[in-house]
Amino acid sequence: MALLEVEGLTIGIGRFTPVEGVDLAVDRGEVLGLVGESGSGKSLTAMALMGLLPLIRGEVRSGSIVFDGVDLTDRPPDLHRRLRGRRIALVTQNPMTSLDPIRTVGAQIDEVSRLHRGLDARSARARSLALMDEMRIPRASAVHGQYPHQLSGGMKQRIVIAMALAGDPDLVVADEPTTALDVTVQAQIVRLMVDLVRDRGLALVLITHDMGVVAQACDRVVVLYAGRIAETGPVETIFAAPHHPYTRALIGCIPTEGQRRGTLIGIPGQVPSLVDYPDHCRFAPRCAAASATCTSAAPALDAIGASRVACFHPLGRDA
Amino acid sequence: MSDRPILRFESVVRDFSSGGGWFGERRVLRAVNAVDLKVPAGRVTGVVGESGCGKSTLARLALGLIRPSAGRVLFEGEDLAAQSRGRMRRLRARMQMVFQDPYSSIDPRWAVGDAIAEPFQVQGIRMSRAERAARIADLLAMVGLDPSQAASLPHHLSGGQKQRVGIARALALEPSLVVLDEPTASLDVSIQAQIIALLEGLKARLDLTYLFISHDLGLVRYFCDRIVVMYLGSVVEILPSPDAEIRHPYTRALMDSAFVPDPTRRQRLTRATGEISSAFDLPPGCAYAPRCPHAVQRCRIERPRLDPSTHPVACHLPLDRAGARS
Amino acid sequence: MSALKPLLQAIATPRGAPAALVLVSVVVVAILADHLAPHAYDAQNLMRANLPPSADHLLGTDEFGRDLFSRILYGARISLGVAVTSIGASVAIGLVVGAVAGYAGGWVDRILMAVVDLTWAFPEILIALVLIAILGPGLGSTAVAITVGYMAQFARLARAQIVALKGETYVEATIGLGAGHVHLLMRHLVPNALTPVLVAGMLATGDAIVLEATLGYFGLGAQPPLPSWGAMMSSGVGQMFLAPWVIVFPGLAIAITVVAINLFGDALIDALQIRNRLREG
Repeated sequence: MALLEVEGLTIGIGRFTPVEGVDLAVDRGEVLGLVGESGSGKSLTAMALMGLLPLIRGEVRSGSIVFDGVDLTDRPPDLHRRLRGRRIALVTQNPMTSLDPIRTVGAQIDEVSRLHRGLDARSARARSLALMDEMRIPRASAVHGQYPHQLSGGMKQRIVIAMALAGDPDLVVADEPTTALDVTVQAQIVRLMVDLVRDRGLALVLITHDMGVVAQACDRVVVLYAGRIAETGPVETIFAAPHHPYTRALIGCIPTEGQRRGTLIGIPGQVPSLVDYPDHCRFAPRCAAASATCTSAAPALDAIGASRVACFHPLGRDA
Repeated sequence: MSDRPILRFESVVRDFSSGGGWFGERRVLRAVNAVDLKVPAGRVTGVVGESGCGKSTLARLALGLIRPSAGRVLFEGEDLAAQSRGRMRRLRARMQMVFQDPYSSIDPRWAVGDAIAEPFQVQGIRMSRAERAARIADLLAMVGLDPSQAASLPHHLSGGQKQRVGIARALALEPSLVVLDEPTASLDVSIQAQIIALLEGLKARLDLTYLFISHDLGLVRYFCDRIVVMYLGSVVEILPSPDAEIRHPYTRALMDSAFVPDPTRRQRLTRATGEISSAFDLPPGCAYAPRCPHAVQRCRIERPRLDPSTHPVACHLPLDRAGARS
Repeated sequence: MSALKPLLQAIATPRGAPAALVLVSVVVVAILADHLAPHAYDAQNLMRANLPPSADHLLGTDEFGRDLFSRILYGARISLGVAVTSIGASVAIGLVVGAVAGYAGGWVDRILMAVVDLTWAFPEILIALVLIAILGPGLGSTAVAITVGYMAQFARLARAQIVALKGETYVEATIGLGAGHVHLLMRHLVPNALTPVLVAGMLATGDAIVLEATLGYFGLGAQPPLPSWGAMMSSGVGQMFLAPWVIVFPGLAIAITVVAINLFGDALIDALQIRNRLREG
């Protein structure tokens, strides 16, 4: 059984259902990419994994989130709260807002060790310095006493990751951790996270809209579209032989090396609005291969090789 | 397609000062550091770099939205800082900008059609109501929007649609130069591709010159004819074509950092260590020296200049010379 | 029209609805006082002084035998009229000063704000007293006093809004089109800066009513026989134990009106804030 197994996750907010029937699984030493554009529901899924849905008046309407054999949706929310920070950690997009501006960054990492590991001040500080070294932060003891505004974006994000790891979690959920950073810094942070997964045997759920990051960092991928899974499978298959027309179109939106100008098309139309999500295939209006079946029913998630696809006319089915 | 530059930067410097007053010390940020650049007409010139490189400041200097602290910016041979208000207004009709954030580039209280027609209003171009409505409808159609959207308010539109409105407004006065400041950075990938395709079509149809600012090297290489690479206010390299051999270590690092969407090509190396330094205290030598794996003593003392060739690079040890293998 | 929506939203709340009802009533009363009042407000009848409420005099009579009910109705016209016109003028002037200061920046900004801050440093009542000492008591002086006294906050608010809006991308875009200062200010900056200033104006109206009443209480505002609520309270002090209605009813009128204004203002603020958040969502 994998460390995290999510089945049929359906999230509701008020009278809307922004996420429907999401399955995913990730094990130790593995990086799972959760990819999607705006409105795909990927951030909400992250919040569900962290047990933070009540913050936005959301709730799990159906499905299960099984962490280390325990179904969190079936237990009182207090259990999820106790796991948060300790066994499941969150790294968010904007380090500027996840760090307290009036406390030193070192104190903030220390706090996690003291809270979740019960360490005293001296041991916590030592542990923080060790973590900062692991994060490849130069001159850790000097940085420990600095305030967030004195650090660059990349540094701040490393601090946030150090805080996430201070509780010694088994699972890390990273929601667009590098989107706000410069390109060269992005590369460093992503490599760092992948190395941490391998070295520490962490499970990482990496949420992003950037297919490049997915290709370079992830082992398996879940592609979300308008709240539902379009396709899921090993990263090589997703890129070399995508089965869902959306996946293929999405990959086609990224210019490749040597691609001539004038060949980038994009996907016509736009994502349906949450307010009127159709029951049938949500990608159909924009899909070149759509037929009458596609606008009358929702496709189920079927297996094709090592992947699973929700499509009535998957590409390369017979391949 | 002539090679006459429609836009020229001559040793342009732009400083911003902060602090000062009684309690803080006055610090000067040199956003653009003696840039010489020619933007040829009819082509797409890309400007790429990370935060603090000065590309956004360059964009604003190009349109005369801010003035250089030193040097000159010449549009069609005219020094922008030396124009009268009336002449400047007329010049502005020929050079327009598409902004990064579609959400804030249109006044939220204005209907989309009014926003698109505002250029006519500002430039004092009189037209009958029927003419105005027709021009608005034309512009909307040109950017792929339905003419019935003219009465909508911005918040009814999606990000991609709002950006199309921004483009329509920029084209209303039929400019020759369009500066695109990260026009797709806030948009989803699939919408980004739509907008880029739209921009390509418009360029061909209207014979435009683009100055395309972006941090996305992959996109720049796809879209642009020549690429200007900036770092901390200086131009470090100008690639005459997207597939030209890279000569500057920073450009190399930028290339290596771009995530290729191909899992079979996993890169392990990162060439740039450390972080971008602050533009407040620029080192005397090459701005990139602190992070460059090939830097020698000379690099730290003497600021390299852009060499005047078809593929200019500002480096004492460019990558095509002996020793530095990429 | 988009401006009405927040108003209607504010009315549709548990706080907003009764407040709006009260306010509308007060306005109606102020306008139709001539038709609603059973007696003339200055009709004296010393034989019927200090009478308690009765069928003929719904709220009793004051020390001169004047019908309190009629005087309160006309008082609405005075209190509300003075407050609204003065605050209106104050908002207009403050808006212009603040917008010019915020837009121009530099020494223009500093000089204008220094003057504004000078008026802000003094409590409105003090400014009012000084102005009335110069101009003499009366309704007109009260109006001027209110206008000058409250101007600072509107100027400051307007300036803050303009400064913040100056950085908006659409302002930069409009400059790029070749727009001049007037176009920018009148078509983009001021319209977007209006809302908080207007809401502040509304809440200040409540304060202005109290200020007018205070001045009237000291005999510095509307002169007799004009039925200023504050002046009525003042003359009622002498009869406080003999005929408490003379002081109580005008006091209640002031309290109810001001509370209604504040409650509605709060509801309006809520409606506007929620709208802003929804728009960004």
